[in-house]
Amino acid sequence: MNSFTLTQATAADEAVRDLASHDGAAYLGGGTNLVDLMKYNLTRPTHLTSLGLLPLADITSLPDGGLRLGALATNADTAWHPEVEKRYPLLSQTILAGATPQLRNAATNGGNLNQRTRCYYFYDLATPCNKREPGTGCSALTGPNRVCGVLGTSESCIATHPSDMCVALAALEAVVRVQGPDGERTIKFEDYHRLPGDKPEADNTLKAGELVTAIDLPEEGYADHFTYLKLRDRSSYAFALVSVAVGLKMNGSTIEKARFAVGGVAHKPWRDQEAEQLLEGQTASPDLFRKVATKVFAEAKGYGEGSLHNSFKIELGKRAIVRALKQAVEMDYEVNSNAFLNSNP
Amino acid sequence: MSQTIATPPTVRLDSDVIGKPINRTEGPAKVSGAAKYAAEFDVTGPLWYGYIVSSPVAKGKITKIHAEEVLAIPGVQRVFSHENVPSLAWFDRAYKDDVAPGGSPFRPLHEPEIMFSQQPVALVVAETFELARYAASVLRIEYDVEKHNTDLESSIGEAFDAPKGKTGFLPPPKPKGDMNKAFADAPHKVAGEYIHRAQHHNPMEMFATTVDWLGDGKKMKIYDKTQGAPNVQQYIAKIFGLSKDEARIISKYTGGGFGAGLRPQYQVFLAVMAALELEHSIRVVMNRSQMFSMGYRPHTLQKLRLAADDLGHLQAIEHKALAETSQFENETETVVNWSAILYDAPNTNFDYQLTKLDLNTPADMRAPGAATGSFALESAIDELSYEAGKDPLEFRLLNYTYEDPSENKPFTSKRLDDCYHEGAARFGWEKRNPAPRSMRDEKGLLVGWGVAAGCWDASTQKAAAKAVLTADGHLTVSSATNDQGAGTYVIMTQMAAQTLGLPMSQVTFNLGDTDMPAAPVQGGSWTANSVGAAVKNACQEIGKKLLKLAQKMDDSPLAGVDFEDVQFVDGHLRTNEDITRSVAIADVLAASGEAKLEADGKAGPNPLNMLKYSMHSHNAAFVEVKVDEDLGTIHVTRVVNAVAAGRIMNPKTARSQVLGGTVWGVSMALMEETYLNKDLGRYVNHNYAEYHIPTNADIHKIDVIFVEEEDDIASSIGVKGVGEIGMLGVAAAIANAVYHATGKRVRELPLTIDKLL
Ligand SMILES: Cc1cc2nc3c(=O)[nH]c(=O)nc-3n(C[C@H](O)[C@H](O)[C@H](O)COP(=O)(O)OP(=O)(O)OC[C@H]3O[C@@H](n4cnc5c(N)ncnc54)[C@H](O)[C@@H]3O)c2cc1C
Ligand code: SF4
Repeated sequence: MNSFTLTQATAADEAVRDLASHDGAAYLGGGTNLVDLMKYNLTRPTHLTSLGLLPLADITSLPDGGLRLGALATNADTAWHPEVEKRYPLLSQTILAGATPQLRNAATNGGNLNQRTRCYYFYDLATPCNKREPGTGCSALTGPNRVCGVLGTSESCIATHPSDMCVALAALEAVVRVQGPDGERTIKFEDYHRLPGDKPEADNTLKAGELVTAIDLPEEGYADHFTYLKLRDRSSYAFALVSVAVGLKMNGSTIEKARFAVGGVAHKPWRDQEAEQLLEGQTASPDLFRKVATKVFAEAKGYGEGSLHNSFKIELGKRAIVRALKQAVEMDYEVNSNAFLNSNP
Repeated sequence: MSQTIATPPTVRLDSDVIGKPINRTEGPAKVSGAAKYAAEFDVTGPLWYGYIVSSPVAKGKITKIHAEEVLAIPGVQRVFSHENVPSLAWFDRAYKDDVAPGGSPFRPLHEPEIMFSQQPVALVVAETFELARYAASVLRIEYDVEKHNTDLESSIGEAFDAPKGKTGFLPPPKPKGDMNKAFADAPHKVAGEYIHRAQHHNPMEMFATTVDWLGDGKKMKIYDKTQGAPNVQQYIAKIFGLSKDEARIISKYTGGGFGAGLRPQYQVFLAVMAALELEHSIRVVMNRSQMFSMGYRPHTLQKLRLAADDLGHLQAIEHKALAETSQFENETETVVNWSAILYDAPNTNFDYQLTKLDLNTPADMRAPGAATGSFALESAIDELSYEAGKDPLEFRLLNYTYEDPSENKPFTSKRLDDCYHEGAARFGWEKRNPAPRSMRDEKGLLVGWGVAAGCWDASTQKAAAKAVLTADGHLTVSSATNDQGAGTYVIMTQMAAQTLGLPMSQVTFNLGDTDMPAAPVQGGSWTANSVGAAVKNACQEIGKKLLKLAQKMDDSPLAGVDFEDVQFVDGHLRTNEDITRSVAIADVLAASGEAKLEADGKAGPNPLNMLKYSMHSHNAAFVEVKVDEDLGTIHVTRVVNAVAAGRIMNPKTARSQVLGGTVWGVSMALMEETYLNKDLGRYVNHNYAEYHIPTNADIHKIDVIFVEEEDDIASSIGVKGVGEIGMLGVAAAIANAVYHATGKRVRELPLTIDKLL
C-alpha cells in the first residue's frame, strides 16, 4: 500500500471537484473493497475522496411511487429499512445473502455497485490479468476459474461481477443517478455494468470522475412473488457460484409480468429480456421454466471441465432458474429457516 | 467383544480434578486480550519490521535484484536476499529440524534458484510495518524463468517408493496371500480411485517472529509462532552457530497450528538473521497469501480394491497411494497402513509412492496420512457392504480386528466396538432404511445416514518438566511444550494438582519457553501423555521430598511409611491405610524452613511395550446429510462422533478437540481445496475469501461420546490423546451418507455442488 492523502467531502459537488483536482484519486465509500485492493497493491491511489460525510445516506420515497436509495446508505440499513422490507423484499433478501453482518454494516450502496471482481488472478499481482493490466493475458481462460463466467465472456476476460445486491437491482430495473464534472445524469441499471469485450479493465459505464449519488427503484417491487436463490461453496460468507433474483406479477396461475437476473455467471448481472417475454402471459409450469432456463444459457460457453473449472455453471444455472421461478410463484420457501440456501442474517 | 487389557490405573481415580470438565486456565487471558502472541510482544528499544517478498514464478533463477531503488526510500534499512545473506551453516544437518522428512531442507535466501512459487526471495527491513510492506511491493526482481511441473496426474510415471527418513513414518505393511487371485475369485468386490488435492492448514494466527535484541553479546529473546519452541531453538542455534542458551525461543500462545507449526517456518530464520546482522529488534509477520507458501496436506491419488466372501468376510484388501512432494525433500505420511490395522484379510497388498514436483514440501496436517487414507478406505468398505448386502455398520463389526494384523500384536485397548454401539444408539441408526434414496425429510430433501471409523497412533515422546513448590504452598510446574489451543495449560495444571493433592488455584503451569525443560513439538496427539507423564513424575519427586521432610517432623504421623503408601489429598499427605495419619503440606513446608522444593521429571516411550503391543485410539463417526438433488447442495445436519482414546483428562477440552476435528472433517468433505494453476505452477485461492472452511451456518448438531478405556500400557498415565482422532471417519461418513441419500458414490473431495449435478 502506498501513502495517500485524504479529504472528507461534505457535499456531492465538493466530492466531485476534490476528486477532479487530484491526479490518481479514488472515491472511498465503506472501504471494504477499495482498502483491500490497496493492500494488495493493485490499486494505488495517491488521494482518497472520502464520501462518509456526504448527505446521501437517506432512503426516501419518490413522487412516482418509487424509492430512492442514497449511495451512502449502508447495505445493512438498506436491507433492514421498513420501506425496502415491505415494498422490495427481494432487495432485502438479496443484500442479506451477501457477505457478513460486519461487512454489510460498512459497505455502501454506491460501493457495492462499483466493487471489483473476485477473480483469483485479479488479486494476485504475480499472475497475468487483462483486467488488472491490459494486454498481459487472462490466466483464467485455462486455469482454475470456478468463480468466472459463462455468459457474455470474451477471450480477454471471463470475470464475473460479484455483487448480490446488483442482481436484484437488475431484476427490479433500478436507475442509477450519477453526478460528474459535467453535471448529473441517470443510467438504466442494465446499462450500468458492461461486458468485458476487448476492454476488460472497465467494469461499468461511469465516466471519469463520476460519483454515484443514488439508486432509484421504480414503483413495482414484486412484493408478492419474488425470490433470491444463491448457490455457493458454503452457507455464508461466500460469493455466489450462481444466483437468481426473480420478481413476478401473477394473476392466478398466469404470469403477468416477469423480471429476473442471474448472478455469478457474467461480467454484469445477466438479464435476458427475451427469456422474460417467454414467461409473460403464460401459465407457470416446470416445462415453461425449463424452456426459459434453456433460452438463457443457449449461448453459454464453459471454460473447462471438473470442479476447478466453470462449465458446470451452465447446468447449475439452468436448474437455479427453474427452482427460483418455482419459488417465486409458490412463495412457500423459507429464507432463513435452515441456513441452507439463504443463510442470513 | 473387544479385548481390553485392564490393569489398575496408576493415576488415582478418586481424583478431584482429573477427568473433570475444568475451564481453560488461560481462557480469561485469551478473551481479554492479555494473552500475547508472537507478533504482539513489546521489545526493549525501537523495533524494525521485515516484510517478506515472495517469488512469482515456480521455477527458475533470480538474475537481478534492484535493491538500490528500495534502499533509497527513507526509512528502509536493508534488503536481504541471496546476494547479501551472511555465511551460515553449510551442511544440511544444520537445517534439519526434529520433524524434518528425508532430503535437503529448504534454506531461505540461500541461493538464486527458485524451487516453488511463493518461495521467499527477499526480506525488506524498514522502520515501520507500512513502509516495509510498501518497499517490498516495489522491489523489482528479475528472473530467468524455467519450465516447471506441478501436475501430479501427469507425473504418475515418475513415482518412486516412499523412502524412510522421517520419524514416525511407517512403510506400507508387507503383502499377504495372492491379492489378484483372491480379488478375481471373490463374489463381492469393489475397486475405486480416490482423490483430493492440496489443502492448507490456515491457522487464524499468521506465522510471526519478534526478536528482542538486548544488545551485543546478550541473549536475544525470540518470540515465535510455533508448535514447538525447542525444535525452533535447535534449528536456529545450529544454523547461526549459537549456543542453545543464546537462542531463547518463547511461544506462550499459538493461534492454531494443526501441523503448520511443527517445523520452524522461514519467518523465524529471516527475523533472527536480520536481528543478528542489523543488531536490532525485528518483527517479521507473514501475510495471508504467504500462509499458502508453506507445507500443506499433499494432493494424493489412491486406489483401493476390496473383496469379501459370501458371508461378508473380507478376503482381499489392496490400498495404494501416490502423493506429491517437493524436489528437495521426501515428505512421507502414513496413508495406507490404517487399512491393515482396522481390517484384516488373507490377501493384501499395500503401496505408497511419491512424485517430485516443483512445489514446496508438504507438511503434516491434522491427522496426517490417516485423514487421507481413512477417507478412501472407509468409503470403499462402505461400498463393499452394499455389494455384500450388509448394513454398513454390521459389515464393519463383522470384519472387526481384535489384534493389529499389520504387526500381529494385541492392542493395548480397543473399544471401537463400543464406539459403534454407543454411537449407533445415540444416532438412532436402527431407524435407518438401508436402501439408498429411501429417506426424505418433511421438505422433500433426500436424507442419508453414513458411518465410518478412524484410527490413530497413541504414541509417547520424550518430555521433561520441572516442579517448584514454594513456602507459600504454591506449585509452579513448567515444560517447554506448546498449547496451540488444545488445552495443554489446563490439563497439565490438573495433572500437577492431582498428583500433589492441591487445589487448582494453588498450581500454575507454564509452557512455551526454551529456558524450561525440553518437550517435543505439539503434534501427533502425544502431548497429553508425554508431557503429562513428565509433569506427574516431577510432582511425585516433590511428593517424595515432602514425605522425607514430613518424617523429620516431631512425632510425625507418617514415620516409617513408604512413599507408595502415601496419598496426596486436599493439601495433605496421608497414608492409604489410615487417612487420619495425615500432615498438611503447609505444615511440612513451615517445619522444614525450606524456601522451596524443586524437582525434575522425565517421561518417554516404553520400548518393551511398544514391541509387544499395538497402541491406538479409535473413533466411529455417524453422519446425517440432507441433499437438494436438483441443486447439488449437501448439508451435514447431524454428527455423532464416538471416540475411544484412553483416559480423558478433561472432558471439556477433549470435547472441544473432537468438535474441532469433526468440523474439520466436514470442511475436508465439503469445501477445502487449494486450487493449483498448473500453467503458473501456483496456488490461486490463497486467501480466506476463496479458500473455504465452514462458517457457523454450515455446522449443525454435533454430539461427542467418549468411550473411556483403562489402559496404562499405552501410556503410563492412561492417556492416548485426542488431537487427531476426532477428525477421522467424518469425511468418509459424509461421502457414505451422500451415497445413501442419492445413490451416487463420489470419490473425489471436496463434495462441492458440481459433483452431484
Ligand atoms: C470477504 C468479503 C466477502 C464479501 N462477500 C460478498 C457477497 O457475498 N456478496 C456481495 O454482494 N458482496 C460481498 N462482498 C463485497 C461487498 O459487498 C463490497 O465490498 C461492498 O459492497 C463495497 O462497498 P464499499 O462501500 O465498502 O465500497 P468501497 O470499498 O469504499 O469502494 C468500492 C469501489 O467503489 C468506488 N465507489 C465507492 N462509492 C462510490 C460512489 N458513491 N460513486 C462512485 N464510486 C464509488 C470506490 O472508489 C471503489 O472503487 C464481500 C466483501 C468482502 C471483503
Ligand atoms: S478473467 Fe478477467 S479478471 Fe480474471 S484473469 Fe482473466 S482478465 Fe483477469
